[in-house]
This record gives sequence, C-alpha cells and structure tokens, in this order.
Amino acid sequence: MTDTAPRELPLQELDEVIIRFAGDSGDGMQLTGDQFTSISAALGNDLATLPEFPAEIRAPQGTLAGVSAFQVRISDFAITTPGDAPTVLVAMNPAALKAQLHNVVQGGAIIVNTDAFNERNLEKAGYDSNPLEDGSLDGYRSYPVPMSQITRDAVAEHGVKPRDAERSKNFFALGLISWMYTRPIEPTMEFISTKFRGKELVIKANEAAFYAGYNFGETAELFESHYEIKPAELPSGEYTNINGNTAISWGCIAAGQLAQLPIFLGSYPITPASDILHDLSALKHFGARTFQAEDEIAAAASAIGAAFGGALAFTTTSGPGIALKGEGLGLAVSLELPLVIIDIQRGGPSTGLPTKPEQADLMMAMYGRHSESPMPIVAPRSPADCFNATIEACRIALRYRTPVMLLSDGYLATSSEPWLLPDVEDLPDIGVEFHTGYNGTNEDGEGIFLPYLRDPETLARPWAIPGTPDLMHRIGGIEKEDGSGNISYDPENHQKMVDLRAAKIEAVDVPDAEISGDSDADFCMLGWGSTWGAIDAALARLQKAGKKVAHIHLTHLNPLPKNLGELLSSFDKVICPEMNAGQLVNLIRAKYLIDVKPVNKMNGVPFTTAEIESAALEAMDAS
Amino acid sequence: MTDTPTRTEPADWATDQEVRWCPGCGDYSILTAMRMLMPELEVDREKTVFVSGIGCAARFPYYMNTYGMHGIHGRAPAIATGLAMARPDLDIWVIGGDGDMMSIGGNHLIHALRRNVNIKILLFNNMIYGLTKGQFSPTSEVGKVTKSSPMGSLDTPFNPMSLVLGAEASFVARTHDMDRQHMMDMFRRAHEHKGAAIVEVFQNCNVFNDGAWEGITKKQNRDANLITLEHGKPVRFGADDEFGVMVENGAAKVVSVADVGEAAILVHDENKADPSTAFMLSRLSRGPFEPTPIGVFRAIERIEYASSSTTQLAMAHNDKGSADLAELLRSRGTWQV
Ligand SMILES: Cc1ncc(C[n+]2csc(CCOP(=O)(O)OP(=O)(O)O)c2C)c(N)n1
Ligand code: SF4
Ligand SMILES: [Mg+2]
Repeated sequence: MTDTAPRELPLQELDEVIIRFAGDSGDGMQLTGDQFTSISAALGNDLATLPEFPAEIRAPQGTLAGVSAFQVRISDFAITTPGDAPTVLVAMNPAALKAQLHNVVQGGAIIVNTDAFNERNLEKAGYDSNPLEDGSLDGYRSYPVPMSQITRDAVAEHGVKPRDAERSKNFFALGLISWMYTRPIEPTMEFISTKFRGKELVIKANEAAFYAGYNFGETAELFESHYEIKPAELPSGEYTNINGNTAISWGCIAAGQLAQLPIFLGSYPITPASDILHDLSALKHFGARTFQAEDEIAAAASAIGAAFGGALAFTTTSGPGIALKGEGLGLAVSLELPLVIIDIQRGGPSTGLPTKPEQADLMMAMYGRHSESPMPIVAPRSPADCFNATIEACRIALRYRTPVMLLSDGYLATSSEPWLLPDVEDLPDIGVEFHTGYNGTNEDGEGIFLPYLRDPETLARPWAIPGTPDLMHRIGGIEKEDGSGNISYDPENHQKMVDLRAAKIEAVDVPDAEISGDSDADFCMLGWGSTWGAIDAALARLQKAGKKVAHIHLTHLNPLPKNLGELLSSFDKVICPEMNAGQLVNLIRAKYLIDVKPVNKMNGVPFTTAEIESAALEAMDAS
Repeated sequence: MTDTPTRTEPADWATDQEVRWCPGCGDYSILTAMRMLMPELEVDREKTVFVSGIGCAARFPYYMNTYGMHGIHGRAPAIATGLAMARPDLDIWVIGGDGDMMSIGGNHLIHALRRNVNIKILLFNNMIYGLTKGQFSPTSEVGKVTKSSPMGSLDTPFNPMSLVLGAEASFVARTHDMDRQHMMDMFRRAHEHKGAAIVEVFQNCNVFNDGAWEGITKKQNRDANLITLEHGKPVRFGADDEFGVMVENGAAKVVSVADVGEAAILVHDENKADPSTAFMLSRLSRGPFEPTPIGVFRAIERIEYASSSTTQLAMAHNDKGSADLAELLRSRGTWQV
C-alpha cells in the first residue's frame, strides 16, 4: 500500500460487467457475491447470478475440489442470463485461479490474493510453477494484491487474533470490488452490523477489512481506472432479488392463501431442493406445516395423507427422491387427489453431480411410474418465474384433483434475478370447493355419495374430506368402479378408468404456446425450463446480426399447448437445446412427427448464450 | 358436525361392501370387535378414518363405514402421519399385516412410533404373507417351510413387541383374535391413548398358516401359555394362578409361585417410564409354544407429534405476527425502479 493521498482516477462507464468471486469453500465467496449483488440491485442495475458450490461441505482446503464460486452479472440493460464468461475474476487462492481461469474472457481482469500463492497452496492446486510469475496470466490484466496481509494489518488494531483476521479477507475483496465499480459503502456497513449482530469483534474486523480493500483500490497505483454501470431501464415498480428455490417456497405460501387452504410439505433433505424445506419450515407463521420425513417414500405418502385431509400438499426433492416417490405418485394418480411434486433436477444418474443442474428428469416426470399414470408437468423458466409456475402447478392440481410435477433445476434453484413484485391482489384465485353433499341416489331413492362421479367439464372427482357428515367413503389404489369408487376388477371398467384418467390430464387447460422473436421466421428454437435465459439472449444476438429467428418456450410439458404442433410445423427447421440427451425432442417427435433437432449439453453447466447462438447458426446453415 | 356424537349401533359402522376374506379367517373376528367397540367409544363416523397398506389385513378400511384409505404396501403409517398432522381433529386407525408393517413398512412404523403421532396402529400378525399366497414373513419362525423357503426360512424373526419398545413406542399392547372382549379392551385403551399406539393382534390365517397361534390361543392351551398382563397386579397365570413371572439378573422368567413366594412375583406397571421391564416381558416367550404375555405392555405419556406441530404454528404466529403475503415478498429487501 502506498501512503499517497487518494488519486483522481478516471471514471469509465461500462454497460455491463460479469464478476466471478472464487475461493475456498470456507472463504465466504457466496456471502461476498450475494452482498455485491444486493448493492448493485439497489443501484438499479439489472442482474443475474450463478453460484457454484462444491459437492463436499468442506473439501480439503486449497484443493480444486474445494473451490466455491459466485458469478454475478450487472448491467445497464435488461439481461436474462448470468453471462457466458466472467470479465473479472477474483481468485482468493491458487486452486480458485486454476479452476476458474479458463472461464475468463481474454483480456479480462484477474485479481488475486498473492498471499495465498505459497508453495503448499500451489502444490495443492496442482501448479508446477507459480502462475503469477510464469506467464500463465499473459493475455489478461492481472492485479496481484496481498489481501491476507493487508487484512491482517487492518484488523490488528481491533485486537483480532491473527488467525481470525484472515477470515475477514472476503470483505477486503468486497471492498476492493465495491471501489472498482463505484458501489456505495453504507449498505455493506449496514449488512455487516445486522449479519454479525452481537459479535462486536467480527463486525469491527469485517468493517476494517472492507475499508482496507476500498482504500487499497483508491490509493494503490495498481488500477488504471474505476467504473460505473448506470441503472438499467427496467419496468418501474418495486423489486426484490430472488432465487428459484425461494420463489418456489413463496409460491407455495401464496398458493395456500389463494386457495384458502392450509399447506403441508412432506420432504426429505436432498441437494438442491433442501432450501425449500428450510424456507417453508421458517414460515410457520404463515401456517406452513412442514414434515421432515424418514425418507422420500414417507414424504410423498404423508403429503397424500395430508391431501386426503384437505390440505394443499407438496413434496419436494431431486431426481433420486422422485425415483423413491414413484409408487406413491402412482397411488396419487389413482386416488385423484391434488398434490404438487417439486423436482429440483440435478446431474445423475444416482448421486451424479448433486450440486449441478440437468434437465434429464423430464421422461421420469412424464413416464416414470408404473402403468399408465399421466401427470401434468409445469416447468419454470427463470428464478422469479418459479413463483408463478408453483401457483400454476397448484391451480392445476386443485382444479383437476391430480398430482402435478413441477420441474425446476439446480440452476434456477440457486441463481437469482431481480423480480418486479406482483400486486398480491392480481394473483389468480385458485380456490376450489370441498364437496359437502350427496351427489347420487341409491335404488331406494336415498342420497348417497359417489366419490368418483366426475365433473363433466374438468373430469375431476369430488374432494370430500374426513369430517364431512354423511360422505364417509373409502378410496384406494385398487381399481375403482367409475362413479361409486367401489373396488372393481371388471375389465371394461378398467379400460374406462384408464381412458378417463388420460382424458382428464389431456384436457387440462394450458395456455397456447407463444412465439417470441420473428413469428414469420423459418427457423425456431424450442426450449423448456431453465434454458429460457440463454435462448432468449441468443435470439437477441441472432436478430441483431440480421437473422430471422423464432423462440418458443414451454412452461407446460404435459399436456403440451394445443397449438404447439401447428406452430412448430410452420417452421422449416426447429432446434431444441436442453440439458439432457434429447428428451423433449423425443416427446415432440413422437407426438407431432416433427423432426426437431436436438442440441444437448450435460456437463453440469447451463448453456451459454454463445453455445446456443452457434448451434442455431450451424443449424440454419446446414441444408 | 355435532358436539355430542350420535349414538350408533355396530351395524352403522358396517359398509355395504361384501367382506372378501377367506371363510374362517381371523380377520373377521377383529372386524367384529372393532364394529362392536365403535358405538361404545361414542365417536363420529365422519371423524374416524381407517388407513391401511396392502395385504389381507389391509382390506379392513373397505368394511368400516368411516372415511378410509387403502394405500400402498407398507406406507400406511406415513400416509396416516400426514393426515394426522393436517387434521389433528380426526381419529385415525392404521391397519396392516406383519409384512406390511415390519417388512416393507418397517421404517415407517418405527418412525411413526418414535414421533408419537396420534394414530392407532393395529398389527395383524399371522406370521405369513397372506395376500401373496403364503411366503414367510418377518415374524415367521426360523426354518419355516413355504413356497419361497422350501428348505426352511433362514431369517431370524422380529419380536414385534421388542421392536416397537425399542422404537420408543409410548403405548404397546397385544391381544389375539380368539378373545373379542380382550381385543375390544385393547383397542379401547389404544384409542384413549394420546399419541401413537400399537396393538399386535395374533391373527390366524387359516389358509396359509393355520393354527400358528394355537399353542397360546386355543382354549385348552390358554391356562398354560397365556399370560394376561394387568396394571398393578402380579403377573400370574395358570389354572390356579400357580405360575408367575419374576425378574432375575436382568431377565424375566416363568416360575412356580409356590417355589419363590408371592412377594417375588413381578407386579406389572405399564406406566413405568423405563421400558426395560416391558422389554423383558416381551422376551419371555420365543414363540407360540411358551407362556406369552398379552395385554398392555406399556402406556406412558409423551408429547404428541401432530398437536405439537400445531403448537409451533401457533407460537410462530404469536411471535412473528401476521401472515401477510405482500410483506413476505418484501422480506428480503426491495428497491424501487
Ligand atoms: C410394492 C409392493 N410390493 C409387493 C406387493 C405384494 N404384496 C402384497 S401384500 C404382501 C404381503 C402381505 O403380507 P402381510 O402384510 O403380512 O398381510 P397379510 O396378507 O398376511 O394380512 C405383498 C408382498 C405389493 N402389493 N406392493
Ligand atoms: S389368506 Fe389368510 S389372512 Fe388372507 S384372508 Fe385368507 S385366511 Fe385370511
Ligand atoms: Mg401377514
């Protein structure tokens, strides 16, 4: 550090920056990234984030396996993805540099904590020589900063032990980046004092480290300029920054209120779905009754029991858990009770890549049960859209008395974006009535209750809950007689019930698919779920380059929108980027005999805009 | 819904569904006991739910004119847990066989018991898989010859009473299908209990395991082999109460009262917080050929799960106040554009 007075550095305006904070999983990179995101949101930037966690809680310190990263993109224009490649990398140790450098754009800025580049750490990261000295960083703008040392010096005067002092270095990094991108100081000071309330020493240390970083930027003759990113032009209103899992949790609460039903969640912890269990468990004052079951089988079964009792019931999990719930979901199909199953998809099969996203449970959602057991499927397209999609899944479940699968994934679950808050008054009414009276008569002309007598419009059966006088009835997994619901092994009745269950789901009222981009294009990109952001961004780039391109994005995967076949057949060529080996492609080909071209990726990393753009260009060029 | 339940007759609790158990099956007498008990409990049919898994035993809900769910194999305790949590106002009975409850559903059984969910579990133990036509079950004896064990089963059986005592069950009882009054007494006691109650019913499968319990339950064998536990009374049995049970070296054993003296005989205390004595009683018999206790092994008070979850909801509501959705959406900070 120099002693010179603050320098007047030029302020450069940027339209966007993509910063990736990377360090050891114990280095607090998620917290740093989160806080930088909050400050930027408050400044009015549009933004998108992408956290990246190691699968192990505390992988050995300093190793590649232990690197935890947080990417945030902030801009002065509307964006839909956290960006393909970071333009700035903050690397807290050699492992972070090694794991992340290849992602950074050429000419990007690399800010490293030089203190961590000792022989031991270099060796742990698998470096034969020091990348700070051997030319590895040629082609980047590198900024070596002794973060640990300066942090230690800065906090020493507050009486913090040297060993604890190191812990504040993420706030040093945050201070430095806050200076670089002219973020205000106060919000972070407030954040520190609330977050660490009651721990005076920690507050002092983190504040001191933050200021040290901020001042370092200003005074060290290392940086040529600092930057400003103006607010984005977003629709006006009140915003919050939300990730997909929180949006789902709030969607569950909202759905309960909209339906005026108590909500019940049966769940067994699994990454990346556990946060919904955590969130809802902390919302007991909203009447959220959560049950941490002994396994996913019990989680699904308890939700079925709660639904029978008249609750709006949910069960949350990831792929392996869906496999366990399978038998119970068959029962739910047969019982025709409302139930929402939430699958936060992750890499598989088996434990696979538990912290990485995939969209490869589509076929399981569609067909992964014994026999013919059709189930509506809803898939959110962005973190904030998880809120709407959850309400939509509940609407279908309640209206049609059916289990509904909500397919999110690990990408949507943890990444975040600004969300223009809806007016609560404008949310849809999804309430349904419990059945309370007889709906038939016996031979003697007396009133009776027929639990499988269907509503002629929706084909839904009546939902009469225990406690309702006179409507005592028994339901079960054995085939039921149409109408009476009594056990029936009659062949014709079974055929009829199979057909009815299929017809009910096929007739679910899903909105028509819409085309974005050029509706008169010859070329279309078809997507579903979390690929929306990248496809949408690719669409913009292609259009900018003068191409005519259409984009159709599906929220409803079962049943598919009624107009989809017609829409798709109006294009010469359709590609379908998805994070699986071509599952939607198979459904589309089977249903419409349209030869959609698969664009597949299964490396645990969401599609980049560039990948989709080049796949589109290639497909357009191919004859 | 009325506050004072309407008076009912056993027939009011029967459905119009034809009962389809094999003629002579022990399940019939359990059904009769239940239908006869219900009017005595003075409960409403619409507030009563029978939940079951799969098996012969699990057909039970179809025959009770209440709400009911015939679920999937082994999962009834889990289904009932969700129902009990959503609806603490209901009387929930869970019915299942030895396979249903202790093989495929063993996990759910032990967890429902340890949580002490307010459900009444009746375990119809016929020591065989009835519905799938006679394979050995987790209570079948070692060496049991069945279609799937032609050279004799290799599996050591569960002792259901020991198992559930180990699972922290707060109410544990046992009865048999040849004694209607005793069944009704045990079911009544289970119903009165606040929390999870489990009652094992020795049940005869006259098709695939006929007479399996005869050594205990047949009239002429009862004196020698049936020990009826009664709270506060010395554990004695025999035609003239000439036998008793005493605890020695950490185990219960059958003794002649004349040999040891009345004072040495164990006085049964079902309310004992420590389950060790109940466990010793459960180990007294190795099978239906030795003196075997029936009755309430254990009945202790322990915090009930579903109502506790309701209490937490109420506490949270008191602490954090209103459940305003618009506020929730703003709870992580907002900004204006
Ligand atoms: C998932 C599943 N596996 C297997 C079966 C077949 N099955 C039905 S009942 C049963 C065993 C029944 O034995 P138990 O629970 O003792 O009841 P019981 O028929 O003896 O009353 C089996 C194996 C099934 N229905 N579902
Ligand atoms: S098979 Fe056995 S248990 Fe099943 S109904 Fe027949 S006699 Fe009863
Ligand atoms: Mg059995």
